[in-house]
Amino acid sequence: MAMYDVANEYGTDRAGLYRPAISARGLVKRFGDVAAVDGIDLEVPRGAIFAILGPNGAGKTTLMRMLATLARPDAGSASVMGHDLLAAPHEVRAAIAMTGQFASLDEDLTGRENLVLLARLWGFRGRAARERADALLAAFELSDAARKQVKDYSGGMRRRLDIAASLVVTPGVLFLDEPTTGLDPTARQRVWRMIRDLARSGVTILLTTQYLEEADQLAERIAVIDRGRKIAEGTSRELKAATGSGFLHVALADPAQIDAAAAILQARLGHPAQRNVEGARLNVVAGSAAAANAGVAALLEAGIELSDFSLGSPSLDEVFFALTGEGPAAEERADATGAEA
Amino acid sequence: MNDVSPVSPASVAAGVPRPRRPSAFSNALVFGWRAVLKFRHVPEQLFDLVMTPIMFTLLFTFVFGGALAGSTDDYLQFFLPGILVQTVAFNAVYSGMGLSTDLGKGLFDRFRSLPIWPLSPFAGLMVGDVLRHLIAGGIILAIGLMLGYRPEAGIAGVVAAFALLVAIGFGMGWIFIVLGLLIRTPTTVMTVGFTFLFPLVFASNIMVEPATMPAWLRAFVEVNPISLMTTAMRGLMGGGATVGQVLWALAAPAALTLLLAPLTLRLYLRR
Repeated sequence: MAMYDVANEYGTDRAGLYRPAISARGLVKRFGDVAAVDGIDLEVPRGAIFAILGPNGAGKTTLMRMLATLARPDAGSASVMGHDLLAAPHEVRAAIAMTGQFASLDEDLTGRENLVLLARLWGFRGRAARERADALLAAFELSDAARKQVKDYSGGMRRRLDIAASLVVTPGVLFLDEPTTGLDPTARQRVWRMIRDLARSGVTILLTTQYLEEADQLAERIAVIDRGRKIAEGTSRELKAATGSGFLHVALADPAQIDAAAAILQARLGHPAQRNVEGARLNVVAGSAAAANAGVAALLEAGIELSDFSLGSPSLDEVFFALTGEGPAAEERADATGAEA
Repeated sequence: MNDVSPVSPASVAAGVPRPRRPSAFSNALVFGWRAVLKFRHVPEQLFDLVMTPIMFTLLFTFVFGGALAGSTDDYLQFFLPGILVQTVAFNAVYSGMGLSTDLGKGLFDRFRSLPIWPLSPFAGLMVGDVLRHLIAGGIILAIGLMLGYRPEAGIAGVVAAFALLVAIGFGMGWIFIVLGLLIRTPTTVMTVGFTFLFPLVFASNIMVEPATMPAWLRAFVEVNPISLMTTAMRGLMGGGATVGQVLWALAAPAALTLLLAPLTLRLYLRR
């Protein structure tokens, strides 16, 4: 009986408030012969920060552009805030806001004029448009630069203005395409703080990033995509569990010993070692500090001299390695980037 | 909860009552306002627009004018209406370049992801174009007047000529908007634009009467839309324009609008 009740509850939820903000099935986008997005399913719950993590050219931007009605899918279907992407693009547009990878602002105008322009396009008139612009400038700590032309803004200021420009009206879903790419650490922290704060207002945020740390810092749920396909999805904790809680990084003094060292580490730690011949480096899942310690000791016992070693959380490359058994394909990445641009 | 300051991104994003969706016309007006703001912030752009025609006017009037028309005064009388046509034709290239720049920067991605009338950004471009044509035309005319040009048809003639000029610029504008949509590098838009415009402008009756040209070239010059526009401009400003001349001058702009406006929408909405 209890089981039945739970199922019933879910049914009610799905029809109402807990219907996902984004629901996509089998989305495909091709550019010539290259499938930039090659059949992706996505389910983003309302009110969450959801990250799409992947290397350059993995299809992140293309996926986001499809969901924001800027690119038409070649196959598959999706709904955003309950509106069908293909049948009702205008309704989707009214429910979303998108901050692209390249500042979507008019550089010749001032920050304030950019926001007033957008406020008027959304239907605020005269004084209301100016007040809305000023409120946004204040919230994003840009009041002092309000009357400066955007071309004189720093990278961080542009990003903040760009995000503010997406909040002229409260969006159902806010798309952020690589919100901190190219920013210095201070500016990045500031943008992160604002995104986190924003999520408290209940706005659903879908962001793309190539930084594991960023996804980890911001998102409740992360989808990892590579070469147009989703290769993993879960919470940050789940993904880390899949990749091992710790990664042992060693650098060899003598590159000729790399094969021997890889064999020893695999035997000792029970995971294959990822080789980086350039720089004679090896990365391997260690599981615990004690295990990492034992691995290093085994290398030293075998007479393999190390120039450096460390135990750290997995990098994006290592997540890929753990999930796919190989690193992100560099050449294909370059191709897909070209098609995406 | 206390750590949310009164003006945080969350406080500004939440609970804003949505205004009613504005009309297509109101969207277009906003983009027109953007064009006006651009003039305020980038007044240098006018320099680009008027320098070439000013140099052409001085060069052709004082260097070639006497030889071509007997006296510099007579030549200026002949040349000025034509240089106005050349000015708006070249000006139209700049709006294509502006569009290409906007598209390259992702600005239009934002516009395209808004629930607005899709053609409204172009209406704004057109407003900017019309302003550019009027300002540049006005400056050229003022310089002409200082050099001794006299529009024999008076103020009414000049007003009619400027109305025609705006129509010409509007029609030509579509060519470069389409180029701007197709070509992602603004300088390439300029190169392609001028490569296309130079033969049209020089193989026309703007600088000289075609009487001394070889027959094959004369045949081209006489049907060249730029010549038809120049003839009508001369008629309107100097007196003696016929309805036929004006209609012929409007034929190319009308055809371009009918053909290229739908194409513009197709290219813009292509995704």
